[in-house]
Amino acid sequence: MKKIIVFIVVILIIYCNALFAEQLSGRDILEKVDKNFIAQNRISTSTMIIKGRRGTRRVKSKSWIQGTEKAFTEYLSPASEKGTKMLKIKDELWTWTPSADRIIKIAGHMLRQSLLGSDVSYEDFTEDPILNNIYDAKILGEEKVDNRPCYVLELTTKTDKVAYYSRKLWIDQQRYLPLREDRFARSGKLIKTIKIQEVLKIGNRWYPKKMVFKDVLKKGSGTEFIIDSVTFNAEIPKHIFSKASLRR
Amino acid sequence: MLSLKLAYKNLIGAGLRTWLNVAVLSLVYIIIIGTQGIFNGMNEQASRTMIKDEVGGGQYWHRNYDPYDPFSYDDSHGRLPGKLDNLIKSKEATPILIRQAAIYPEGRIQTVLLKGIDPGQQILGIPSAKLGVKDKVLPVLIGTRMAKSASLKMGDFITIRWRDVNGTFDAVEGKIVEIMKTTVPSIDNGQLWIPLKELQKMTRLDGEATLVVVGRHVSGQVDAEGWKFKNHEILLQDIHELIKTKMVSSAIMYVILIFLAMLAIFDTQVLAIFRRRKEIGTMIAMGMTPRQVMSLFTLEGAMHGILAIGVAAIYGIPLLGIFAEKGLSLPQATESFGFALSDRLYPSYSLSLVLGTVFLMMLIVTIVSFVPSRRISRLKPTDALKGKLS
Repeated sequence: MKKIIVFIVVILIIYCNALFAEQLSGRDILEKVDKNFIAQNRISTSTMIIKGRRGTRRVKSKSWIQGTEKAFTEYLSPASEKGTKMLKIKDELWTWTPSADRIIKIAGHMLRQSLLGSDVSYEDFTEDPILNNIYDAKILGEEKVDNRPCYVLELTTKTDKVAYYSRKLWIDQQRYLPLREDRFARSGKLIKTIKIQEVLKIGNRWYPKKMVFKDVLKKGSGTEFIIDSVTFNAEIPKHIFSKASLRR
Repeated sequence: MLSLKLAYKNLIGAGLRTWLNVAVLSLVYIIIIGTQGIFNGMNEQASRTMIKDEVGGGQYWHRNYDPYDPFSYDDSHGRLPGKLDNLIKSKEATPILIRQAAIYPEGRIQTVLLKGIDPGQQILGIPSAKLGVKDKVLPVLIGTRMAKSASLKMGDFITIRWRDVNGTFDAVEGKIVEIMKTTVPSIDNGQLWIPLKELQKMTRLDGEATLVVVGRHVSGQVDAEGWKFKNHEILLQDIHELIKTKMVSSAIMYVILIFLAMLAIFDTQVLAIFRRRKEIGTMIAMGMTPRQVMSLFTLEGAMHGILAIGVAAIYGIPLLGIFAEKGLSLPQATESFGFALSDRLYPSYSLSLVLGTVFLMMLIVTIVSFVPSRRISRLKPTDALKGKLS
């Protein structure tokens, strides 16, 4: 009798879990995804591997990110990019290069240009990273990506001012990380894909370790973005997020 | 009159030396008039073609539009005020919407300008009617330079990506329906022409435009709030400035040529005074004042210029006439000049150009003839008769 009761309780727990899981809305899933990505402060070093027609380039950089509105990046290598700095405050972006010794505001059509010849554009940096703020999410179903069960989410813009009209995300059901993302134009044409190939766990947070960005309209095998190290909620001096720090 | 006759006789009497000087001077006349004629021809041709294909009778620009500032393009659009709209309805003007976009020829990303034009317009010489085809795909008109830079041919499909007025990406396949051969690089390089209505729909800018081109025969300006009228003087200023710069750089060549010709005249004058010192002494002894003798020699020198005009006319008028009629074949490299030139350039010689050149040359020849003659005023007749130069 005791065994039967234990069995029923276990079944009930599994059923409740399943029921609870089914009740997750697209918005809830996105919230969990956003929680993984967004931190009060973040300092990271990364390597961008740009695969072009003329060969492969590795660009190392260090970034200081505060919330969703402020970011500062300094390029560490190769020699041609070393010392180049980029500052993002809200939706504005400035760069400074040692050779020109000039602060240049990246605006208008320049935001659409690729960053250092990669498949990542400047405006990929200026977008609001909190997906729930700009998209309505709908669960399309479940699929496996790299043998991991994923929710398939369709995101449609709820605001006019957004770069990608819709997105499709494959979100890891346990880690709440998007393992694959397709970004679409208003016409429905696929423009960009992002794949997370490796992840890392920092505390309770899952974070992408290696991502591949691909501008689908362009030839080439895309740009790899590898996080070499990341520290969350670290102390960042306020002066970092100022135009004066670009010249320092 | 006596001085004139005497000067003429002396000049002809000098024989080959005179004719050599005259030949060099006439060559300078022809080269200066010919080269300036080429620049005038360039200016006229470029202006004419630009008026026909790009500028029309003037343009109304949206207040934010600055063709030299790509940052301005995103905000350079607006609804047309009533008076401009009336001009468009009466077919006296045509609106153009300009937006930035990217294309992917052979998998490479290339930034372009998307220009929307009414396929039915007849204000500009652009073959926009080709955009009037009813098809499911977006018809695209490009120029030969654009076709070359993006390796595109008629019938090719091309992916175009742009952002609407709110910044949202959109992309569509376009089909090259026409490749226009135009001499105006500014309507060709890095540009795709598509139907205006389509571009307005694509960018969610219904009824808006960046600029309005008015017809060549439309006179007077209309009041259009938020729109600035640009006349030919402003719109063709770049071409005029560019040609002016090229003219100035050619002036160096003129200076060298004139210097060589003047050196010959100067030497001739110095030699004539040296060889004819007894003659000078005789003339002064017989009652001519040194000033009169000086005038005679200056006149002789200046007559080189007059004779050169005659000689230049004999071979120059037919030569330059042939160039003006048949034109000069231009090499491919002229595309890099940055302004509208066709395969053949027709030089243009104006009366002011010819008279101006003649006047300038005569002035210089007279001054150069006068300078060595000043020695005569210091000459003592007795010394001169003995063959001495004091």
